[in-house]
Amino acid sequence: MNKAIVATTSLAGCFGCHMSILDIDERILELIEVVEFNKSPIDDIKKFTKKCDIGLIEGGCCNSENVHVLKDFRENCKILIALGECAIMGGLPAMRNGIPIKECLEEAYIGGPTVQQNHQKIVPNDPELPILLDKVYPCHEVVKIDYYLPGCPPRADLIWKALIALVKGEEMDLPYEVIKFD
Amino acid sequence: MYQTIKIIIDGKECIAKKGQYIVEAAKENNIYIPTLCNIEGVKPKGACRICTVKVNGRLMTACTTPVAEGMSIESESAELTDLRRSIIELLFVEGNHFCPACEKSGECILQALAYRYSVMAPRFPFMFPIRELDASNPKIIKDHNRCVLCKRCIRVIKDDEGKNIFAFKKRGHKVEIIVDPESADKFTDELAEKAMEICPVGAILVKGKGFKKPIGQRKYDLMPIGSDIEKVSKSKKAVL
Ligand code: SF4
Ligand code: SF4
Repeated sequence: MNKAIVATTSLAGCFGCHMSILDIDERILELIEVVEFNKSPIDDIKKFTKKCDIGLIEGGCCNSENVHVLKDFRENCKILIALGECAIMGGLPAMRNGIPIKECLEEAYIGGPTVQQNHQKIVPNDPELPILLDKVYPCHEVVKIDYYLPGCPPRADLIWKALIALVKGEEMDLPYEVIKFD
Repeated sequence: MYQTIKIIIDGKECIAKKGQYIVEAAKENNIYIPTLCNIEGVKPKGACRICTVKVNGRLMTACTTPVAEGMSIESESAELTDLRRSIIELLFVEGNHFCPACEKSGECILQALAYRYSVMAPRFPFMFPIRELDASNPKIIKDHNRCVLCKRCIRVIKDDEGKNIFAFKKRGHKVEIIVDPESADKFTDELAEKAMEICPVGAILVKGKGFKKPIGQRKYDLMPIGSDIEKVSKSKKAVL
């Protein structure tokens, strides 16, 4: 059997969803029998080297780079999966959505209680830095998403069962207790 | 003695008591019709529409419609499931529901309904409305981000003179549920607990409390909402 090619990325996420992928424990040995990883923090491949079958997206879009990466995934993956609450609905980063960007930046870099030494009151503005978006967007509001695996993080059993079903072309038969929003 | 009548729910012949609401009659026949704003024993409001069924082909709310002889009720059809799903999705997008950070998660009826109906992501765009969190009351926190305007708190929580403690503020889509400032000091610890309990979501919280039950032991962790009524012991599976 040809191995399915999987790519993963973490956009505006905390890497918790990726940790949850690793939480499949020893089944990871079974996984590498049926999938090959391409662009992913798991193998540190930075750029797509071929078209992929499945793309796992952790995190929503909070800046221009996230949008760029997400669009790149859409172009290079046949199936895109929004993995976890942040990818599905913005998650905790989206708690800033009601606050104007200027206020967020001032709180983070100038006036916030944990800011110690920023006498010149500089908000990072190097042209290399991605631009923050007006709010954090769920992935499906930016590109088409094919499957959603909720959870914060999604349970390892959910990721495992969904991935294996997709790779083997079986119906996704997911037990009630693994689908949670927290 | 009450009079019994015959009705049909999803093709199943059921015995109901005359005058009983459809949800109650269904429950006694081990059929779960989902509800969110409804509370047993309190006058129904029909606010959330999640219990919508088809009665002899017409859409009606099962919590406010009494049964009548010969009624044919449809509840578990593809059309009604999609309608219910869309109501759940609308409630999610029109508020700010960050379940991972919510004290009610695992015990929340809105979330439990989303699980039962396999709502993975809403078809509507998120509104991310700007809403306040009101912690001015000494006993409770009112989080307007999560309120679904079911009015349960207004209908159930009363002071010792039988007066409402919760009230509406503002109008239209800006409407908010507040603690009537004049009754704010009437809040006892018991009343605060009861208010948190009666709120189907995490919009009323008792101060200094939360995340008491570990994940895995909460009300809707293992079995879908309605399982007790359906008397099923094996959890349903979600098919995406
Ligand atoms: S109220 Fe319910 S749906 Fe809303 S955030 Fe809390 S747990 Fe989630
Ligand atoms: S605060 Fe809770 S009980 Fe009151 S209307 Fe809002 S959701 Fe319903």
